Amino acid sequence: MPASTESFRGSTASAEGDGGAIVQLVDAHKAFGRVEALRGVSISVRPGELVGLLGPNGAGKTTAISLMLGLRRPTTGKALLFGLDPMDLRARSRTGVMLQESGIPLTLRVREVVELFRTYYPHPLATDNVVEMAGLGEFQEKLVKNLSGGQRQRVYFALAICGDPEALFLDEPTVGLDTATRRSFWDQVRSFKQRGKSIVLTTHYLDEADALADRVVVIDHGLIVAEDSPEAIRALVPGKKVTFQWPGATAEALAGLPVEGLVIDGARVSLLTSDPEQVLRILFGRGAAITDLEVAGAGLEEAVLVLTGGR
Amino acid sequence: MVAAQTQAEFRRLVRVPEFTGFGLAFPLILYVFIGLQSGSLAGVDFHKYALASLSTYAVVNIALSSFGITVANERGSRMDALMRATPVRSIAPLIGKTIAAVSFALAALVLLYLAGILLAGISMPLEQWFNLTWRLLLGMIPFICMGFAIGYISGPSAAVVVVNLVFLPMSFASGIFIPINNLPRFIHDFAPYLPLYHLGHIAWNAVGVSYPDIAASVLWLAGYTVLFVALTLWAVRREDDRRFS
Repeated sequence: MPASTESFRGSTASAEGDGGAIVQLVDAHKAFGRVEALRGVSISVRPGELVGLLGPNGAGKTTAISLMLGLRRPTTGKALLFGLDPMDLRARSRTGVMLQESGIPLTLRVREVVELFRTYYPHPLATDNVVEMAGLGEFQEKLVKNLSGGQRQRVYFALAICGDPEALFLDEPTVGLDTATRRSFWDQVRSFKQRGKSIVLTTHYLDEADALADRVVVIDHGLIVAEDSPEAIRALVPGKKVTFQWPGATAEALAGLPVEGLVIDGARVSLLTSDPEQVLRILFGRGAAITDLEVAGAGLEEAVLVLTGGR
Repeated sequence: MVAAQTQAEFRRLVRVPEFTGFGLAFPLILYVFIGLQSGSLAGVDFHKYALASLSTYAVVNIALSSFGITVANERGSRMDALMRATPVRSIAPLIGKTIAAVSFALAALVLLYLAGILLAGISMPLEQWFNLTWRLLLGMIPFICMGFAIGYISGPSAAVVVVNLVFLPMSFASGIFIPINNLPRFIHDFAPYLPLYHLGHIAWNAVGVSYPDIAASVLWLAGYTVLFVALTLWAVRREDDRRFS
């Protein structure tokens, strides 16, 4: 198998303009009936890169991952995995996947599921290795049905890495996990990345994407609205986030301020600005009875919020 | 890959108590209730006749529930999506499931045969034991296809209900629990259109009941196999269009 792997890697570079791209979407559109989930998305992931797909619910992140994996077909445009059709078994044998809400046989033991999935891949990692990397050592003899949600999530991670894939796809891998479990999960992802693997992930926890991703792709309404390093994305929006309570807050009362991403939720107001002192001076000048004031540095979360129109 | 898949599928079946209970214990219990009456039917010892009936019941039950219910569950839990993202060839799980179900059915038959020998004192030529076994295991094929069609067409919670709604009435109507001649007239007339009726005849024939046209029963089962395969392919394509296109 190694010989053939090399040969189609070579053909990848010649057949595709983006030499050596692990995953590519080329002007991909995807319609479900009349709903357009993706409206022309181009993404290219290079070897060793960790790319975060971010955006609100329904933005098209999961659809984009499904196209990359060949679980769905683009309506128009192209999806390529290692330069091949994503349904090609040669491409799939170099890929590991964690999907949102997917089942595994409940009446198998953890170790048995890992051993079963290992047989699907041409060059799997040793079972002990996989179990250790996924932090499943103490649970390996347990039946899957007796695991907690967090432990099950580790099993999914183990199944995703057991084939020693070059590319790893993680769709909302930390949903429903507590903070400690999430942190240890990201440690596992980080150590996997250090082995030179490419990773595509979607997550709701933007601080996590901020800490891990080499590149962030922000999707909204089926289109890419920004694509850059987390630092550069953060720099796209004003530096400070201001929040306060003001029962008199209305769109008119807050008009004319040098702000972005203004959200009024009852008496709760949050906004982004590069000049918080000036904003507060104006508000106090208008006699605003502000309480519970907080001024903080804006992060990736605020940046994505602004880029996706505050949804 | 296929060996590992078969082992995994077998473990999955054996570790579900409902499945082992209904698959292995239930036919035995039924045999104790039905099969231990003395007398004869259709020219053979009733112990033997009932053994063939309940052996038929046991293998068909395993075929329908292991395929119908597990396939529906895999779709419901989205395990099929995860499997699709792996490089596994979709034929491997299918082969694994088939071998696992047939092995399980063989175990169920051996248990019933032991009950027949030890409790009912059945003695029949080795050839008849052998004939009954291979005919029934081969006869699982149309019912495996039927289970597959049910598993692909109905949802996970409905599959159990559909399997039972189809299987129990079909068992009664095919003369598995009560001899066909004792059934109401309209059922009696309808029975020859049921696949289980024909597998029953093939099984009773193996233990010595003679029928003029047993070959017709084989043809009926072959026809049903084609029908259920076509139904499954249609359902698989429908599923592909809905969830994976």
